[in-house]
Amino acid sequence: MTWTELGIVALRVILTFGLLLVVTIINVWAERKIVADMQSRIGPSRAGPFGVLQTVADGLKLFFKESITPRKAELGLYTLAPFLAVIPAFLIFMMVPWGAPVTVGDEVVPLQGADLNIGLLFILAMSSMAVYAVVLAGWSSGSKYPLLGGVRATAQAISYEAAMGLAMVSVVVFTATQGDGGTLSLSEIVARQGGNWGDVAPIFSIVPRWNLVPQLVAFVIFLVAIVAETNRAPFDLVEAEQELVGGYHTEYSGMRFAMFFLAEYINIFSMSAIAATLFLGGWNGPTFDGALPGLVSAALPTVWFLLKTYVIVFIFFWLRATLPRLRYDQLMTLGWKGLIPAALAWIALSAVIFGFRQFGPPWS
Amino acid sequence: MGVVSDFLKALKVTARIMVGTMTGSELVTTPYPDEKRVKPQRFHGRHVLNRYPDGMEKCIGCELCAGVCPADCIYVRGKENDPHNPISPGERYGYVYEINMLRCIFCGLCVEACPTEAITMTHLFEFSTTNRADAVYTREELLMDREGRVPHMFPDDPLVDLSELDTADGWVRATAPSGIAAYEGVKMWQGTPGPADWSPEPTQEEIDRRSEDG
Repeated sequence: MTWTELGIVALRVILTFGLLLVVTIINVWAERKIVADMQSRIGPSRAGPFGVLQTVADGLKLFFKESITPRKAELGLYTLAPFLAVIPAFLIFMMVPWGAPVTVGDEVVPLQGADLNIGLLFILAMSSMAVYAVVLAGWSSGSKYPLLGGVRATAQAISYEAAMGLAMVSVVVFTATQGDGGTLSLSEIVARQGGNWGDVAPIFSIVPRWNLVPQLVAFVIFLVAIVAETNRAPFDLVEAEQELVGGYHTEYSGMRFAMFFLAEYINIFSMSAIAATLFLGGWNGPTFDGALPGLVSAALPTVWFLLKTYVIVFIFFWLRATLPRLRYDQLMTLGWKGLIPAALAWIALSAVIFGFRQFGPPWS
Repeated sequence: MGVVSDFLKALKVTARIMVGTMTGSELVTTPYPDEKRVKPQRFHGRHVLNRYPDGMEKCIGCELCAGVCPADCIYVRGKENDPHNPISPGERYGYVYEINMLRCIFCGLCVEACPTEAITMTHLFEFSTTNRADAVYTREELLMDREGRVPHMFPDDPLVDLSELDTADGWVRATAPSGIAAYEGVKMWQGTPGPADWSPEPTQEEIDRRSEDG
């Protein structure tokens, strides 16, 4: 590896990291603003134009606050838990391609933190790791409300992770029929969603070749599962303010709380980004064939990617402002009797359909 | 599919409210320090001690307000008036008058109890302090000057709108006794604090003389 290559890799990671931080700051503000609008309020409006800098102000405030440790806390795990929340959150987004590959000199640089060939598997692994943060934070606080939050997190995250993984599997199965062999690499999955569905029937040539069209069921399952996976309303039983004070982060304050908070919003964005990547074609979009100036058309894929992601992020906020929290048994019923059987059935069905299309009838 | 249609209906409601708020038709809150709402006429804000038009203090140091106060936040000590140089028309005047705004529940019972309408409530409600001692309003802060202006502890506070001190609640007007029959038709209450624009109440000698006459 030469120094240039090393520099490019470092630049990619830093860019991805920076993008994530900036986007998270905007997301926290956007959520507060959108939810305020949906509740006939104004929302943050004091810091900066339209209150955009509210998150910065809040972050600075949290930075200077005391980090309290309860007397009964398990100090090691209690300190570790916030890091365990933030690090997987950042690592998940490293897998997501947020722009078309750029050619620098004679090298093609993919615009993503790391282009692993097991990208999807890595994402699943990291989102499982994030559950440990919640569980350990809840347990190590040595307090009853966080403990209840942590216990709820175990059950909820495990059941919804299954549905999320199964929805991903059907995408992987489908993607395998779209090109040369199967793949778990997100950049490859995005690349296979370029173009349109014109080859199925000429009338479909206006429909972009997104996985959304053949995998609509998986998309709905995935959407519900990621809302539950990120512990967002209406599945926010883990932090349920009205019942559990603050849930797993009740005893956390200052920077440690800020890390949980940051992780939650990073997870919202990266899960939305993954949904956009798997189902909405990632950075694919109209390129206008060089009609635009070079710099604009270079930034265009990133713009498409962010647009698609923000549609899903908006759904997150919209759901939060609309739905009341589910009861625990309703949550489990929806997960185990609704989403998981539906996802399994959909995998079987889509595997049969697309296998049939690809390879012909098994008796031939 | 009742659940799904209900779900979509709910999403439609929030979307409608969001668009309405953005265009301003559904917005119900105001950006507070920039824009203040007109308060209801009977709003219970901070107290003031009023004067008669001739400059006499209305408070006669009877301590009824302190006695009726459910939060026990008023402390009054009356003192005998100097007969040659009286401060109030009564025998005594409020020598010490303190209201602890941290304890006050703004029920308005002191205003009701006051026999001379000396204490009234205004529409001013911003009096945050940085220490507890500042929250105890003394006679100097409560009593208006001879021009009818009420001093305030934090006149430079950007949030404090001193013009709110000129509006008093109407609670007393609704419940105040009209007084003695001899004063029928005489205006007994005005909606603003400050020196009243009616004739001063008679001294005890005058009242005695009138009742003897009448």
